[in-house]
Amino acid sequence: MSEILTEPSEHILRSAFRSKSFAIGFALTILFVAAALISFLWTPYDVTVMSIADKLQTPSATHFFGTDHFGRDIFSMIMVGARTSIAVAIIAVGIGVVLGVPLGLAAASRHGGLLDEVIMRGNDLIFAFPALLIAILITAVFGPGAVNAIIAIGIFNIPVFARLARGAALTLWTRDFILAARVSGKGVTRISAEHILPNIMNLLIVQGTIQFSLGILADAGLSYVGLGAQPPTPSWGRMLAEAQTMISLAPHIALFPGFAILLTVLGLNLMGDGLRDLFDPKIRRGRG
Amino acid sequence: MLVYFLKRLTSVVLSLIMASIVVFVALEIVPGDPAAYMMGLNADLSAIEALREQMGLNASAIVRYMSWVAGMLHGDFGISYTYKVPVSELIADRLWVSLPLALFALVLSTLIAFPAGIIAAANRNKPADFGIMGVTQLGIAIPNFWFAMLLVFFFAITLRWFSAGGFPGWSAGFFIAMKSLLLPAVALALPQASILARVMRSSLLDTLSEDYVRTARAKGLTRQQTLWRHAVRNALIPVVTIIGLQFSFLLAGAIIIENVFYLPGLGRLVFQGITQRDLITVKSVVMLLVFAVIAITFLVDLAYAVVDPRLRRQSR
Repeated sequence: MSEILTEPSEHILRSAFRSKSFAIGFALTILFVAAALISFLWTPYDVTVMSIADKLQTPSATHFFGTDHFGRDIFSMIMVGARTSIAVAIIAVGIGVVLGVPLGLAAASRHGGLLDEVIMRGNDLIFAFPALLIAILITAVFGPGAVNAIIAIGIFNIPVFARLARGAALTLWTRDFILAARVSGKGVTRISAEHILPNIMNLLIVQGTIQFSLGILADAGLSYVGLGAQPPTPSWGRMLAEAQTMISLAPHIALFPGFAILLTVLGLNLMGDGLRDLFDPKIRRGRG
Repeated sequence: MLVYFLKRLTSVVLSLIMASIVVFVALEIVPGDPAAYMMGLNADLSAIEALREQMGLNASAIVRYMSWVAGMLHGDFGISYTYKVPVSELIADRLWVSLPLALFALVLSTLIAFPAGIIAAANRNKPADFGIMGVTQLGIAIPNFWFAMLLVFFFAITLRWFSAGGFPGWSAGFFIAMKSLLLPAVALALPQASILARVMRSSLLDTLSEDYVRTARAKGLTRQQTLWRHAVRNALIPVVTIIGLQFSFLLAGAIIIENVFYLPGLGRLVFQGITQRDLITVKSVVMLLVFAVIAITFLVDLAYAVVDPRLRRQSR
């Protein structure tokens, strides 16, 4: 069994890296994930220690990206900030997948029924609340914080995955191999789990990458306006908010966290594009 | 068409009712007594109780929900806890900043995206296409509030062409007011323009491979004529849909950009409302934005159904 599974996936990986956009995106993503993981063990400086004597230094050999208004090392803060951003975005995507995909599959398996109607109307309802508004509501109730940012972005992700899963599953339900499974006596839930889900995995992975990058952007925006991770936890968005107040004094402080967000999101988007081209046989043939 | 319209309208009304319940219940959970908050720390209990009664806070939740909704239908959003003026006045004032900003950004985004998408599609896989697609990749990935900060640094602080923030008000003159909205609008428009340009390009590439385009070429039209007379027109349908949906994103996105430029818009109002526990203002602004999103989605769907009769039949 494992041989059958590994052989084509190895083939897919090899052709994936032949795509330039996937390779660049993958490299950028790995870079930031690695920075986040390493920050648990080691950062050049301790991000919680302030040193006013060293404040607002420009980039140098001792401080690669310079220091902020408290004399904290910006390079170290970006490493730690990466883990906040990535954690928020990954968990938010997880919430969307774990709740959204089963809802979408259930809706598709009872297409046209009451359950389908209820799930889709619920989706429409969430879609009416942009992630920022959900975050504002949650913050008004529970106060700001990284967990509330996760919940807000996660809720926003649910209808995205539910719609995607439902749409893709609906076209599969008309196929012969599903009919064969029904004839052999499998129930709709089992068919959804065993036959539909594996066949929409490609789509889910691509969408997951895109939602991951949107999550990073949303988290940056939320923490910029003070609705995300709270001090002293470094976050890219709040680093930018603090840098803004002294942008005329020390513009370099505003530069590095912005580039960190830009490159992470760019990497994930390029990776998503590469994966989509790879999974879509129509495009693959068109290119080849 | 009428059946489709009524069906969609019913689901819009249902969505609005559900959304209002969600917003109301969410803010019911918030701890703290607005009456005590309004009276300050030293107020005596009987005075607070009198204010509670006057504000209708002692009624049951269902009664308060009904009167909130009934009030909103009449344009009465209640009295702000901190400003002590009707919330509708606050919102009307701020709307004159947020709405023009979103519209300005929408116009900019469309003006940038149309030519960019058409040029990219017409020069598929040539340097112009790669260049435009590369820029749009960056445009989608850049956090717009950071882009806004960079604009402030270059055009306001370094070059001094614009002021770094604030809004002089429409009474200062149309062009002076628009000038102070230009940088925020550019920052808001960039990501949307990038998305729109990509949609325009792929939609145009689809239509360019249609049979009727080949027929047009075969009957002797030049590439340019075919592009403008046949391909672009048909490619516009999905693009226009996206433009409609982007407007609601722009309204919500304006909340963050307003913070960068210290613009007195709805976004600032909401954040002040949160920090000052002025929940009735938060509730009303959130509800208003949700209403805008639902209404715009409805109008776009409707416009789409008018243009594309297949949709109407499907939904029946």
